[in-house]
Amino acid sequence: MLLQQLINGLTLGSVYALIALGYTMVYGIIELINFAHGEIYMLGAYMGIVTFGLLSTLHLISPDSVVALLLMMVVAMLFCGACGVTMERVAYRPLRGASRLSPLISALGVSIFLQNFVMLAQGPRDKGFPNLFAGGGIDLPGARISAIQIFIMATSVMMMIGLQLLVHRTKIGKAMRATAQDMQMACMVGINVDRVISVTFLVGSILAGVAGILVGMYYGLINFFIGYIAGIKAFTAAVLGGIGKIQGAMLGGLLLGLIESLGAGYISSEYKDVFAFAILIVVLIFRPSGLLGEDISKRV
Amino acid sequence: MSAPVPLLETRKLSKNFGGLRAIDNIDLSVETDETVGLIGPNGAGKTTVFNCVTGMSPPTSGDILYRGESLAGLRPDQVTARGISRTFQNIRLFREMTVIENVMVGSHCRARAGILGAVFRPKAVVKEEEELAAKALGLLRFVGLEGKADLWARQLPYGDQRRLEIARAMASDPSLLLLDEPACGMNPQETIALMELIRLIRDRGIAVLLIEHQMKMIMGISDRLVVLDHGTKIAEGTAEAVRADPAVIGAYLGKESIGA
Amino acid sequence: MTTPARSVALIRRPLSRIVLASLWFGLLSLPLMMESQAPFFGLRRPLLVSAGVAVIGVLRLAVSRRAGSGAGGVQRALGATGRAVHHLVGQIDRRLLYAVGLAAAALIPLGLNRYHIDILTQVGIYVTLALGLNIVVGLAGLLDLGYVAFYAVGAYAYGLLSTRVGLSFWEVLPLGALLAALFGVLLGIPVLRLRGDYLAIVTLGFGEMIRITLNNWDSVTRGPNGILGIARPKILGFTISTPIQYYYLILALVLLTVFVVERLNRSRIGRAWTAMRDDDVAAEAMGINLVKTKLLAFGLGATWAGSAGVFFASKMTFISPESFTFFESVIILCMVVLGGMGSVPGVILGAATLVILPEIMRQFALYRMLIFGGAMVVMMVMRPQGLVGSPRRKVALGPKDRPRPTAVS
Repeated sequence: MLLQQLINGLTLGSVYALIALGYTMVYGIIELINFAHGEIYMLGAYMGIVTFGLLSTLHLISPDSVVALLLMMVVAMLFCGACGVTMERVAYRPLRGASRLSPLISALGVSIFLQNFVMLAQGPRDKGFPNLFAGGGIDLPGARISAIQIFIMATSVMMMIGLQLLVHRTKIGKAMRATAQDMQMACMVGINVDRVISVTFLVGSILAGVAGILVGMYYGLINFFIGYIAGIKAFTAAVLGGIGKIQGAMLGGLLLGLIESLGAGYISSEYKDVFAFAILIVVLIFRPSGLLGEDISKRV
Repeated sequence: MSAPVPLLETRKLSKNFGGLRAIDNIDLSVETDETVGLIGPNGAGKTTVFNCVTGMSPPTSGDILYRGESLAGLRPDQVTARGISRTFQNIRLFREMTVIENVMVGSHCRARAGILGAVFRPKAVVKEEEELAAKALGLLRFVGLEGKADLWARQLPYGDQRRLEIARAMASDPSLLLLDEPACGMNPQETIALMELIRLIRDRGIAVLLIEHQMKMIMGISDRLVVLDHGTKIAEGTAEAVRADPAVIGAYLGKESIGA
Repeated sequence: MTTPARSVALIRRPLSRIVLASLWFGLLSLPLMMESQAPFFGLRRPLLVSAGVAVIGVLRLAVSRRAGSGAGGVQRALGATGRAVHHLVGQIDRRLLYAVGLAAAALIPLGLNRYHIDILTQVGIYVTLALGLNIVVGLAGLLDLGYVAFYAVGAYAYGLLSTRVGLSFWEVLPLGALLAALFGVLLGIPVLRLRGDYLAIVTLGFGEMIRITLNNWDSVTRGPNGILGIARPKILGFTISTPIQYYYLILALVLLTVFVVERLNRSRIGRAWTAMRDDDVAAEAMGINLVKTKLLAFGLGATWAGSAGVFFASKMTFISPESFTFFESVIILCMVVLGGMGSVPGVILGAATLVILPEIMRQFALYRMLIFGGAMVVMMVMRPQGLVGSPRRKVALGPKDRPRPTAVS
């Protein structure tokens, strides 16, 4: 029982972490809570279904193959990346330098817009997601890791390693770190801040798109509303870890997944969200900047 | 009123930021009615002393006594209520409020009106508000900002903003005023006017502890100078004594010339 | 990178820019809008999106050609309107303004049908809510994303106390308000030392916790089924039941709210809130107890949500957790920001707009929320400081004052 809950928690947590990364990266650079980020994840899930549907209709390749899975991922990544960049360009860039609440409202507007757009285009009802991993799995004493769980965790770890490499080993990664520390200074030393912000949205959205596919396969059902709750959870995870910190988002996501899973298993499944938020509040009381966040002393 | 204890006294005041020791065992005192200048090269720890005294960043060790009582553990607002008020090196006005409102906020801790008072406006509250406004106008006149009461704080020119900060700090009826580089960014005429203003403040019986880089000014108005370098006190005394002190000359050599 | 970045040279010219944008949005909508079974994969709809974007682009271009550079034309027109309203508000004696407003609010509904009166009643509820949230967000500068929780506390207080205990509307009104304030303070004590965005997520979480609890605590709240048969308010034995009677009741509540909020705004407490919003370090140095001042804002904001909740429950005679979702919090926040933070007439205007606009858009039925979301973005992009926001604010915080990255790199 405990082992099973841990496995479920880690699976869920790695997805939260993937989405939380997008929140935390954007926040780290432009201090915006991008409320529309959850919708990008939702779009990713829909891209999976659309790609799968297209493949089945065209009979080009067997929709059950690995190639199909890869195609779904690639399409979702491309599409979500493009959406993320467009979103920043249209709804946030014109507001840079305005008061902090304006871009937040704009983000909420984008969120409402995207939700309703998908509802109108794809219909309000739940859609079945193809399960490409039926059956497989590893049996452990008292627990079972299904193939899809392994796939989710492996993919998440790979994406996170990729992100670490991008941020720490590449030129654009260096520019991102510099911009996150001090945008004006980055600007002065010749970093194209607009481009850095675009790339940040691109990367964050790609991760969210992948997360959408993973969750779609895990639960088997998606609808236009899944972005909302996942978005809130991922944002909670980002804050739990210390918003703006990439490792924080990973840690926060995993922890939140575990907390929810254990809370649902041992306490009450109806109240699992209450449990997650309660933990967040308790953590913030003792560590006001999140688990990995630095204590910000007042600058006078 | 000549109390045996100094108005403000720090004992072995130290503050660490991470591994860095910003100030180290500073002993400092300010008597009632005295104007003390705090000088030293950039990064000497002058503003840190202010932050410790006002409760904005609690000292790592050492003690701060005000009228012989420890200020340890008090929040900034409590310190202000006791009678110590300050200005900021990088001007921190309430930019979206009018000039007079800024000064009225300064007397927040000297007024009483609560929620019920605000809603029902009994006579006492109306009177209190009128008194606050009158007092604020008086202070604005005192610092030379009469006629600008209804402008937004942000609209004031730089020198006026510094004066407004002083008026705002004085609104809490302090016995000790901490001024952090009040002449910074002012032209010579403005600086002279400011010196005159600080003398007038002292004439009102308010002790002043002053950080300043313009040596001519600070030497001209301070009764006594305290020199910090790299977080430690390297000299103390009258302007003449400090100016002749080899340690002080060493600390400033190549940075600024004393008495310029 | 994406297409727009690669063809920087092309983008310079506005017409090719419109073509590119139109193609780009068509491409973006393609995967979601196509249907694999329809003829030509249903390419018609993405093409419509492309055409729509092109039309908007051309319109923008036309307007800006006539009125100057960029999107400045529309922006300037809106700005001028806002400034005019602001100026007017500043010029006219507040009392006169409110007297005219009050006369209009009292007389206009007499000529309306039940349906329209109900909408106005809704406006009243949201004005109360938005003015309450304005204390927290607009005056004190604390970002609260779970404001609806206090609304729920008020509504359920009346729902439960009326059906279980049999207390009357007038007994519960102050009680519900007080209870909401208590919740505000209880939440505030641990979390108010958090920085802005942390506060946002904690309040959001608190709102969700309340909603989930209402949804699952079946024995008390009847869960998703909600509470039925809540008593209507009575005045001196006379039961309030028709829309117009409810309208005048909420009008009274709104008047009380406006009165109290205006007075708070111009008091020592109001000054402390604004000072704290502008610069909390300086505010604390001027002797303002930050925790106490924040708690006051939080508690007072919650009070209005609580009373609005009590009224809501008595109006609907039925409440369920569905009415208290995060989306409600978002809408109320939008009212505050859209109207112009901190300004009472602005917030009233914002609330009225956001209630009435979707009603007008009912004819668009399905597209209503889509347009609503899009309008929020457009509104913010064109006028970030809100409809009646102080025009001065823009001078300093506008994008022009910020260093332009492109100029340096």
